[in-house]
Amino acid sequence: MTKSAKAENALELRDLSVAYRVAGRNRAVLRNLSLNIGQGEAYGLVGESGCGKSTVALTVVRYLPRNGSITGGAISLDGQDVMKLDAEALRRARAESVSMVYQDPGKALNPSIRVGRQLTEIFELGGITGKAVEDRAVAMLNRVRISDPTSVMQRYPHQLSGGMQQRVAIAMALANDPSMLILDEPTTGLDATVEAEVLDLIAQLRQELSASILFISHNLAVVSNMCDRVGVLYAGMLVEEGPTEVVFNDPRHPYTVALLRCLPRGGQRKDQGRLDTIPGFLPGIGVDIKGCAFADRCALADDRCRSELPPLYDLGGRLSRCFYHEKAQALPRATPSDVAPAPKAAAVPVLRVAGLNKTYSSHGHALRAVKDVSLDLRPGETLGLVGESGSGKTTFARLLLGLVPPDDGGTIVLEGKALAPRLENRSDDQIKAMQIVFQNPDSALNRSHSIRHLIGRALKRLAGLSGKALEARLNDLVRSVRLTDRHLAVKPRQLSGGLKQRVAIARAFAGDPRIVVCDEPTSALDVSVQAAILNLLADLQSKEDVSYIFISHDLAVVRYLSDKIAVLYLGRIMELGPSEDVFSGPHHPYTEALLSAVPKLDQTETARIRLDGEIPSATNPPSGCVFHTRCPRKIGAICEQQEPPLSEAQPGHSIRCHIPYEELARLQKEVVTEPA
Amino acid sequence: MTLFLLSIMVFLGGQVLPGNVGRAILGPFADQRAVDALNHTLGVDRPLLAQYWGWISNFVQGDMGTSYIFRSPVAPFVIDALGNSMKLAAVAFVLVVPIGILGGVVAALNLNRPLDRIISLGGLSVTVLPEFVTGIILILIFGVWLRWLPISAAWPRNAGFFTQLYYLILPSLPLFLVLFGYIARMARSGMIEALDSDYTRTAVLKGLPWRTVIWRHVLRNALLPTITVIATQTGYLIGGLVVIETLFRYQGIGSLIFTAARGKDFPMLESGILTIGIVYAVATLVADFLYSVLNPRIRLGSDQ
Repeated sequence: MTKSAKAENALELRDLSVAYRVAGRNRAVLRNLSLNIGQGEAYGLVGESGCGKSTVALTVVRYLPRNGSITGGAISLDGQDVMKLDAEALRRARAESVSMVYQDPGKALNPSIRVGRQLTEIFELGGITGKAVEDRAVAMLNRVRISDPTSVMQRYPHQLSGGMQQRVAIAMALANDPSMLILDEPTTGLDATVEAEVLDLIAQLRQELSASILFISHNLAVVSNMCDRVGVLYAGMLVEEGPTEVVFNDPRHPYTVALLRCLPRGGQRKDQGRLDTIPGFLPGIGVDIKGCAFADRCALADDRCRSELPPLYDLGGRLSRCFYHEKAQALPRATPSDVAPAPKAAAVPVLRVAGLNKTYSSHGHALRAVKDVSLDLRPGETLGLVGESGSGKTTFARLLLGLVPPDDGGTIVLEGKALAPRLENRSDDQIKAMQIVFQNPDSALNRSHSIRHLIGRALKRLAGLSGKALEARLNDLVRSVRLTDRHLAVKPRQLSGGLKQRVAIARAFAGDPRIVVCDEPTSALDVSVQAAILNLLADLQSKEDVSYIFISHDLAVVRYLSDKIAVLYLGRIMELGPSEDVFSGPHHPYTEALLSAVPKLDQTETARIRLDGEIPSATNPPSGCVFHTRCPRKIGAICEQQEPPLSEAQPGHSIRCHIPYEELARLQKEVVTEPA
Repeated sequence: MTLFLLSIMVFLGGQVLPGNVGRAILGPFADQRAVDALNHTLGVDRPLLAQYWGWISNFVQGDMGTSYIFRSPVAPFVIDALGNSMKLAAVAFVLVVPIGILGGVVAALNLNRPLDRIISLGGLSVTVLPEFVTGIILILIFGVWLRWLPISAAWPRNAGFFTQLYYLILPSLPLFLVLFGYIARMARSGMIEALDSDYTRTAVLKGLPWRTVIWRHVLRNALLPTITVIATQTGYLIGGLVVIETLFRYQGIGSLIFTAARGKDFPMLESGILTIGIVYAVATLVADFLYSVLNPRIRLGSDQ
């Protein structure tokens, strides 16, 4: 292949159509998709899951699943027609000009081959031999900011953290200096701080390397920070395209408008209005679409939209596939924004936790998963738990629920009565007063029962109902989570992720709980579904006066729902206070770093605070302040020697830091961190 | 621990079998007093616990006791039979493992094509046929009609290695047929999983030649589960061949146990079974060891 004469575009898709063969029929996944990515350009592709984003990526590298086939159109990679390549030429194209990084780096690396070997084989393929191979591999790992490349090369993938694994995967992708780099959800599933690091790395590498980038993500904020241009994909069609800022600030397709409205933005809170949602569902793959694919879910749609496919209107440097692109932003809300009045916060806490500790012993070492946690929760209040993986959020939730017993000494008091440490010693009333909603409803719902059976059983067990009363309450409950009767007869697998999560929520509410622990309840859902679930949780709260303990890595979501925030690091509360105070600051340096790691849609390139390295092991926490090893605001020896107390900086707002509150306020004013 | 439980079960099992040792040896017309005297000499009239203890404590010291029937130490019988069984197992093993794995791999690489259908369906059909059926059919074909192979596995005295091998081919064929399906199926499903994995996609998209992808990236991960299956089948190959050994009149440990059970020859029976138990345990141990060598996740644990 000649690289000398560079084509004008690194990648060109012309009327690309792809179908999957399901049950003997070809079902269209991509429909006449055309797009260009210029040399050195970063192009973002966004859309809900199932709209064909990953299929685009797999088609470009010709790695469709066995049942997938290209039914029309052309792909040109650096001027070369990918579809005309024979096996050997295709292999060479993959080796030399296109690379791909995808989600879940733990699976993308071969588990039984050392990292070094997986990297060196790429250089050997390029004809390099002997010592030079090793040197190139070390250089490449250095390039992705791995500080100790020789030792990393000796390791197996499972011995590296998720962030390191993804760095290695990026190093492998860039090893042969490809002209086209495809990133398919490269940071999904990583911690916010790790995500920020990986995104920084990609941004820096863009400056050093010449590769054009196709960046696929469901996270609009990530795309807005990384890409020059963005394309919005819906049902396998491009519905809008243009420069990133323009599209996100001035969207011209109702779908883009609706997607953006689903996100809690600019510090929006539950009492300020509900999130907008997108009614209905993405059309199933392969259905015949006559007019506009989005018409069924669009409040602006009229007869013309339903019968005639809108063309891609060229609006001067940007495209929109909508007849009414001019008034797209006038799209009426699908969900009224008015909120139910907030419940009056009673003075008596429903839950009091004091001096809670949990120590696991692992291989003779004590692992302090939760250390000295004390807090109160009032009825109708939401406590947001924030922190990286391994900070003790989930352990804390498990302690409350009695799934693991805490160390001796700590107390959990529910409605004035001390709770037994173990679930089996708690009374039925206490058990049903505290329920949980998990991240993954699939594994939480028994797949062999109908929805009616699942909710009915919960009502029987938790509320002690039967017969007519059960039936009545069941209907009530189903309506309050906005499911309909036709959902009752089906099994979980026949429902979408969002509907399944509603079932899980209905189950948790069956026994009139006082507290519901929500452990990343929306992390596996699309933004439009997430918005609906968040609205539902807020509505249920104001109706039932229930309290939430809300765990999420998405700070905007936590902020939307929470009245109170606890920031955890290595099992300790670093900061505790009313949501607004914690988010607007002054805050603990760790909170500050967490907040600045979040990619924001309306980012005005603020200086980002980077946390170096990974969260230390809880078996061997750093001396003094546990955060001092990564703290950008460390003031000196005192941080290494003495653990600061969690002291009340302002009424109700406590911070565990040696830096006085006023000083934090002064320091943090210099860097204006736009809150999530 | 497992072996200890096994020894107790074997011992108790032997006790509940109907029949009297002395009577079985001396025949139905012997005088009752002679039977009693014999029973006393053999020690079978002692309390159960004492009998068990006497036997097991000797066994762990390497003394397997004295056969009731042959009136001579058990050990040489068991060792001889075990040797014979291992020879047969080895031949079957050498045949079935490479061919089974190859079959599975080839099937997976030609997924849903005719070759895959032939291997999968063929393997399954021969697996469900019991070995005495295939054994008899094979004897008929190769031994009686074609006369290529001897129908008995008992080779002449002082036969050399190749002669023994020649005699062992026919008896090992039914074993091959039984195991081929298992091994090929495991290898096939392991391959399919590995071929569909993200790391295989990574390897392909690196632009590695297909051959390298398969050899370096796919096979090793794909065949891990197969190793466990092979190990458990090794135990069966050595100890579970009563039918085949009887059919081919082969002096293996299976037929030894069978004979001992019929004659209520407890020392022989128990030693034989315990020996097979040990073989099983060793095979499993070897498999676990191999598995951990090939799988760094087990070998090295996690640093995180």
